[in-house]
Amino acid sequence: MANVPGDLKYTREHEWAKREGDRVRVGITHFAQEQLGDVVFVELPKVGAKVTAHQAFGVVESVKAVSDLFAPISGEVLEINAELPQKPETVNKDPYGKGWMIVVKPSNAGELDQLLTSQQYEEFVAQGAH
Amino acid sequence: MSAYDKLVFELSSPGRIGFSLPESDVPGRPLADVLPKKFLRGAAPALPEVSEFDVVRHYSRLSRMNYGVDTHFYPLGSCTMKYNPKINEDMARVPGFARLHPLTRPEDAQGALQLMHELAQMLAEIAGMDAVSLQPAAGAQGEFAGVLMIRAYHASRSEKRTKVLIPDSAHGTNPASTAIAGYEVVEVKSLPNGEVDLEALAREVGPDVAAFMITVPNTLGMFEPRIMEITEICHAKGVQVYMDGANLNAILGITRPGDLGFDVCHFNLHKTFTTPHGGGGPGAGPVGIKAHLEPFLPTPVVVKNGDAYALDDKRPKSIGKLQAFWGNFGMLVRAYTYIRTMGADGLRSVSDNAVLNANYIMKRLEADYDVSVPGPCMHECVLSARRQKKQGVTATDIAKRLLDLGFYAPSTYFPLIVEEALMIEPTETESKETLDAFCDAMIQIAREAQENPAIATAAPVTTPVRRLDQTRAAREPNLTWSPKR
Repeated sequence: MANVPGDLKYTREHEWAKREGDRVRVGITHFAQEQLGDVVFVELPKVGAKVTAHQAFGVVESVKAVSDLFAPISGEVLEINAELPQKPETVNKDPYGKGWMIVVKPSNAGELDQLLTSQQYEEFVAQGAH
Repeated sequence: MSAYDKLVFELSSPGRIGFSLPESDVPGRPLADVLPKKFLRGAAPALPEVSEFDVVRHYSRLSRMNYGVDTHFYPLGSCTMKYNPKINEDMARVPGFARLHPLTRPEDAQGALQLMHELAQMLAEIAGMDAVSLQPAAGAQGEFAGVLMIRAYHASRSEKRTKVLIPDSAHGTNPASTAIAGYEVVEVKSLPNGEVDLEALAREVGPDVAAFMITVPNTLGMFEPRIMEITEICHAKGVQVYMDGANLNAILGITRPGDLGFDVCHFNLHKTFTTPHGGGGPGAGPVGIKAHLEPFLPTPVVVKNGDAYALDDKRPKSIGKLQAFWGNFGMLVRAYTYIRTMGADGLRSVSDNAVLNANYIMKRLEADYDVSVPGPCMHECVLSARRQKKQGVTATDIAKRLLDLGFYAPSTYFPLIVEEALMIEPTETESKETLDAFCDAMIQIAREAQENPAIATAAPVTTPVRRLDQTRAAREPNLTWSPKR
């Protein structure tokens, strides 16, 4: 199991969260994009929308399936990756970099500590999670 | 077979016509005198100008590229691609049915209404329901109608319920129909064997939940062993229980959704009841309900008063009309014919043989493919190509290779909870020889994956077109044809 950066936090729904000062950047993991296959459509919330931890904030569609995107953390959406709807393949090419999805201003930064560490996420995936 | 990829528009030659009409013997009037200007086109539509022969040859050539249950084994899981008996077609073409105008007065369409009334009663008996609406045009519209009736029921009791629970193994139409009916969809995780997690369900059911919607047998081809507990848990909290009837082919005459505690279930006539599927005709998704939901049935309802049949539109609590006219009537004739020709014993043997065939396939393939849940299964089995994926051959590659070997592919990547899923539903209408030939092909593909993965990854090579770029088709859809000006 490769490609689980150590400096990120993870959800059981295969999103990653990265603390950047008082903001948190969110995307889906390498494993998630690999499982999905070619991503063909990404639907993101509007800037200013409120997201709630463990609840859907958007949708990602691949040639195989449509999946909800789950927020790792509650808060307000500060930025969205406006390039993704036009270039959904970025999610496959660079899930931890240019394929990021939203930036959130957390309403409770403590929620970040409840997420999986990279090691826990690797174990979770290795157990055959889906 | 060489690819024939012309559009009928491309055969067009200016001035060519297929039929000569006699001179009109009534005086003509300019269209502009008859229709308001806003409804008139600026220019004539660019319809193809072709001879009758052009048309016959064009569509005959296209039809030879058709791939269907009448030409090939079609084990598309969850779709029940069984043989459609030709007697159904005969009956649907009886002129009294085929030429009946939908606005014929009910007193002049008694035979058709009697057929609808009796079909609804037969379906109700098969499913253990109290009433059936034949209106929904497909399974998803049956779901939609069912959920709307549940919503009307709760509203009539002044209960505000906002959520519908759906397992993660569900068909995609379940959350879609539910969301369109105005509910928030809450996904309930399944156990690893695909069964409903009763603890998770008990945690989620509450005063804000309107319904729990499940498929029985589930999409892994397994019967829910604790289904009675599930419906009891839901009913104890005032939650209605909906059965997606997509897999009804597994339980005909064996058990009935109504007896299991379901309040609503739909029927896919184009699956279990042998009406054409896919491009072969429109679907039909009747929906059955228990008595407490009867006031909310879609209108019109075919009723019987003494010896006469009528269309009842005066139902103040009804969720209303679902479509123009009375349902896909031609499909109702076919399903009625099927049920009457099979009889009760025949329908029971349908499910017995559908289950037997699926288990035969699972047993023959279990050495070469991973089985998602240890058997026995019901009417379909779900395999995983995770072993082949490690050799560089995915479920998609296996599906494409099967086309070269003369079989349609199973459903792939569904249910979502199985990695590299291959969902195989043989149905009861296939012979052992066909099942064996299919299993031989699957085993051959597994061997090829070990020895030369490129055979599968390059497939298909014998089809009119090779592997299509499905990613580009989804990212840059080009869905319309425009005339060259």
